[in-house]
Amino acid sequence: MQSYDVAADGLRGLNATLQAQKQETNQTRWEVVNPKGSHAIAVGLDAPIDVTVKGSTGYYCAGMNKQATVRVEGSVGPGVAENMMSGTVIVDGDASQYAGATGHGGLLVIKGNASSRCGISMKGIDIVVHGNIGHMSAFMAQAGNLVVCGDAGDALGDSLYEAKLFVRGSVKSLGADCIEKEMRPEHLETLGDLLSRAGSDARAEDFRRYGSARELYNFDIDNAAAY
Amino acid sequence: MCGIVGLFLKDKSLEPKLGELLSAMLITMTDRGPDSAGIAIYGDAVDGQTKLTVQSDNAAKDFASLSKDLSEAIGASVSLQANDTHAVILLDGPKAGAARQALAELRPEIRVMSDGDAIEIYKEVGLPKDVTERFNLAGMRGSHGIGHTRMATESAVTTEGAHPFSTGADQCLVHNGSLSNHNVLRRKLMREGVQIGSMNDTEVGAAYLTWKMQNGASLGEALESSLEDLDGFFTFVVGTKDGFGVVRDPIACKPAVMAETEQYVAFGSEYRALVDLPGIDNARVWEPEPATVYFWSH
Repeated sequence: MQSYDVAADGLRGLNATLQAQKQETNQTRWEVVNPKGSHAIAVGLDAPIDVTVKGSTGYYCAGMNKQATVRVEGSVGPGVAENMMSGTVIVDGDASQYAGATGHGGLLVIKGNASSRCGISMKGIDIVVHGNIGHMSAFMAQAGNLVVCGDAGDALGDSLYEAKLFVRGSVKSLGADCIEKEMRPEHLETLGDLLSRAGSDARAEDFRRYGSARELYNFDIDNAAAY
Repeated sequence: MCGIVGLFLKDKSLEPKLGELLSAMLITMTDRGPDSAGIAIYGDAVDGQTKLTVQSDNAAKDFASLSKDLSEAIGASVSLQANDTHAVILLDGPKAGAARQALAELRPEIRVMSDGDAIEIYKEVGLPKDVTERFNLAGMRGSHGIGHTRMATESAVTTEGAHPFSTGADQCLVHNGSLSNHNVLRRKLMREGVQIGSMNDTEVGAAYLTWKMQNGASLGEALESSLEDLDGFFTFVVGTKDGFGVVRDPIACKPAVMAETEQYVAFGSEYRALVDLPGIDNARVWEPEPATVYFWSH
């Protein structure tokens, strides 16, 4: 296990060190101490390494992640795992706004709650939130799965494309063009797999599925007067 | 951008350290607001006495014989404690109105930063570290305080444009965000006879709250109605004589983190601002909900 002290050795050095790890590195396990809410911790990683952050972080933790597993033993600020490509990011505490925004792939797990705009414009990432999510989550979400074991806030899935949304608790309101959809066997299978990978004991059968009504995909001539 | 910090002490034994804790929090927020900084600190109130905190760009000249001149003008004793460009004037509570009037005639260049039993507001242009040092904020004691670091967007970088803004006796407001309907609202409030000194958007927000409260609203009600009447982005933190409140607009783009322990309730624009508080590792840390008014008081 390698250890890096952000307070003593600086943030720039941390990211340079982690980003320098190659595909075949022997230093596969890292521990980051004294994060003290710093921004951009463990960003841009591209190697199959395991990084544990011992404490809470600020903006953009684990952004643009590829391959790596990043676990935060605390809460994270805005934009955790933003634009993640692959790998896994696990947050033991809560996440602030736009968690997993624009993510293309990989798995983001938030053990606590996520606030507003969780999964905004997601493009293939899977996000599992053990708690609740805030308003405008999955806004313009294009692909991937957003799983919420708790409740969802206002305007869930507004202007949604083809991402799939699964919520176990209540949904305060659905956004424009987002509707409840039938839960078919293939959805239960996907959901069950995501829940088990995210360490949740929730039952897939207890969730409802939401998706795009696909009414905003094409211009509707009846709306011409509105323009 | 802009940074906000706030600290409300439940544990009296921390009161001598309030200034030190709050100054450190403020300096951590420098990269959210390097243009100007300010702090409202609620210290020991003296029974029957009111504090006016005043500011002058020519402090040496303006403060020189001010306590004597003011005392003669209002016919009551006045004491003055100068602190760099600011001074705290202590006088009999009932004389506060007369003193403000006399002050405007005696020293028209002087700005009143705050008035009230406990509040003192210090704010100037410059880096938060320099501002805290010039007033020795770290040496101040108190029961609670709020601070602000400004990155100017809506108006010039000046002392008047710095936060906190006074919203009435023992009340103040700091703001992260920008109000988009402040010009319309300023005209409306000025028609109602409300004095607004600058082109700053937050001053309009402060004047709005003052006006609402003058018309009978409680601070909580005024904050609730701000959610309807103010357009734009805001995280507001307000200070009152015995506590502080937090409200975020319904979109809640502007960040906010809160922490609570047995000893205190703390607010920061970012968690970074809170990391050196005692016992933070075991604090309950959460993000305040949008369009929800929070209050803590003694």
